Amino acid sequence: MLEHEVSNPTHNKKTGLPRKRFYRARAHSNPLSDSHFPIPISPAEVDYSLHYPEMVKVDGSKKIQFADVGCGFGGLLIALAPLFPDTLMVGMELRDKVTEYVKERILGLRTTNPGQYQNVSVVRTNSMKYIPNYFGKGQLKKMFFLFPDPHFKEKNHRRRVISPFLLDEYAYVLAVGGIIYTITDVEELGEWMKSCLEEHPLFEALTTEELETDQVVKLLSTATEEGQKVARNDGQTFRAVYRRIATH
Amino acid sequence: MEETNMDDCEQNRESEVAPALIAVHPTHQSVAVAVGSNLRVFNLQEGCSVSLVDDSGVHMHKDSIRAIRYGAEGKLFVSAGDDKLVKIWLTDSWCCISSVSSEKRVSAVAVSNDGRFVSFADKFGVIYAVEIEAFHENQSLPNKKAVPILAHYCSIITSLEFSPDGRYIISADRDFKIRVSVFPEKPSDGAHEIQSFCLGHAEFVSCLAFICSKDSQQRYLLSGGGDSTVRLWDFTCGSLLDTCHIGPETGLSQSKGVDDSLLAVTDLCATRGGSLIAVAIQSLAGVMLLSCNLSARSLHFARVVPVPGETFIPTSIAAAYSSNQLWMVMGASTLCASDSAPLARVKVVDGFCESNQDSVEHEMRVLEDKDIRGGEQLLQTLQGSSSIEKDALATAAEAVKTAMCNLLIKKQYPSENREFRKRGRNDKKVNKKK
Repeated sequence: MLEHEVSNPTHNKKTGLPRKRFYRARAHSNPLSDSHFPIPISPAEVDYSLHYPEMVKVDGSKKIQFADVGCGFGGLLIALAPLFPDTLMVGMELRDKVTEYVKERILGLRTTNPGQYQNVSVVRTNSMKYIPNYFGKGQLKKMFFLFPDPHFKEKNHRRRVISPFLLDEYAYVLAVGGIIYTITDVEELGEWMKSCLEEHPLFEALTTEELETDQVVKLLSTATEEGQKVARNDGQTFRAVYRRIATH
Repeated sequence: MEETNMDDCEQNRESEVAPALIAVHPTHQSVAVAVGSNLRVFNLQEGCSVSLVDDSGVHMHKDSIRAIRYGAEGKLFVSAGDDKLVKIWLTDSWCCISSVSSEKRVSAVAVSNDGRFVSFADKFGVIYAVEIEAFHENQSLPNKKAVPILAHYCSIITSLEFSPDGRYIISADRDFKIRVSVFPEKPSDGAHEIQSFCLGHAEFVSCLAFICSKDSQQRYLLSGGGDSTVRLWDFTCGSLLDTCHIGPETGLSQSKGVDDSLLAVTDLCATRGGSLIAVAIQSLAGVMLLSCNLSARSLHFARVVPVPGETFIPTSIAAAYSSNQLWMVMGASTLCASDSAPLARVKVVDGFCESNQDSVEHEMRVLEDKDIRGGEQLLQTLQGSSSIEKDALATAAEAVKTAMCNLLIKKQYPSENREFRKRGRNDKKVNKKK
């Protein structure tokens, strides 16, 4: 695939990266509808050597540790990749065109920066339905939920990606000590996410000192496209960062 | 467009068909059959039909019953369904002590082994628990509110079970998932801790059953699904131990040209030790037997027990551990006699007990109607009529099949159709300009 890119009109000729205007998609996707894309039956079914050809040998002993749920155009993943070069990370996105964009973007970055970005990949999936199909118990170290769809109407609250019931599943795939990062520019959603996490018995908030020393926290508002947009408009962001704790 | 709308209407109506259900008291004191909104109970010990007493102040079921269940000790009985009511009955007096209302239609129920909690699941994947207290005083409880304890994300829950040791609650859904959650001491706080997911089914999961090995206290889970398989799990770690493909064994692909990879398993029933497993399969007349070797952790096809003289495709099967009888029912809510009581057909198989690994041929036979304990009176009560015409049964089989398909099998739309529906979207328009 890579050799075709030079003449690919959807890619920038200089950088080899995909151009966003060819990957426009709707801002929203209904997570409740039946999925028409292939889903792995269990985590063991996924061949990650296809996603990380240089990092994962076929035996699959190395596992994904970071998941960016609803990764959008992949800004955070691209920023995280050089910071944690030995950690496998995956973006999960429901919109097919956006997933395609991220895929091309990663491939482009891998060609222009040999040896780098080998630890990032993306899958098209509905993480609200299928997260246990991708990760085993306690597999993840970090999960990211950046600028999720706010779903203002009360009748649509069950479509929110952070909800009391879905947190059970996130707690299942997170290792004890693993961290869940959420951020939004919508105050109402920020409060909702914070209260869901606060009330969940398997999560505790990070202290202010911990937030300051965590290098990833700064990226939440600066690395993603949404975050940059908010910053341009001098908007406010609302953050909730919690740790998975053991059961009592 | 009109045509597709009409299709939808038709499918909606078909999906309203509810298969008949059967449940047997754990010590074989009574048998219950639910067909449509009718709940029928027969007292096996006294040989008479039971009249249900409803003191809870709420009406009887008004719509199709989708789940019935005896508690492990046999003191409680629960029925629930499309009318969004969960009715809890005492089995000694058969009076309804509580009618819990649900926001959505109920698709599965379970009773905790100590009889303290009734749990039920709705069609949107939320599982609730209700605490039952002081039911021995024989007074009706105030109609309690159920507390949501866990949820599958918007997926129909097809089966709900408490593990035999009471530690876990296990839920199966239409998205091929089986979730094993730790059942909390205080369910009102929610069941947040997930022990495991049993993942392996390639289609919806339709039924669950437990088996315990005799020597060790190890317990295993069995599941049947729309992918034509019965699977054996170590449910505490979610590992798949063995898979039995039942499709080829039915012989339906040769005799009737049915695609045997899509024959759904509709119900499962195992002997307590798990050496023998009865399987009800969509379109298969009779009941299939599997043998399970727990020390080798393997499942094998044993044979099909046919029902002589009629086309009997069980929609639900049940057994009491104290008896060697397997009870089967076939029927659907739409199958009505002239006086509009829905019909069902009940059959009993004798000799359903632990199989000796050495004896190859296991003695099992389908009882004649007259040999069934309770005889004609039982059939009159449970079936709605002591004799049922064969034609009626054939239509029931078809109705049940479509109901199952429409409810649980995901509709596949060709990609052209999907693209056509997106034609007015703004992001598509951008593409067209290029």
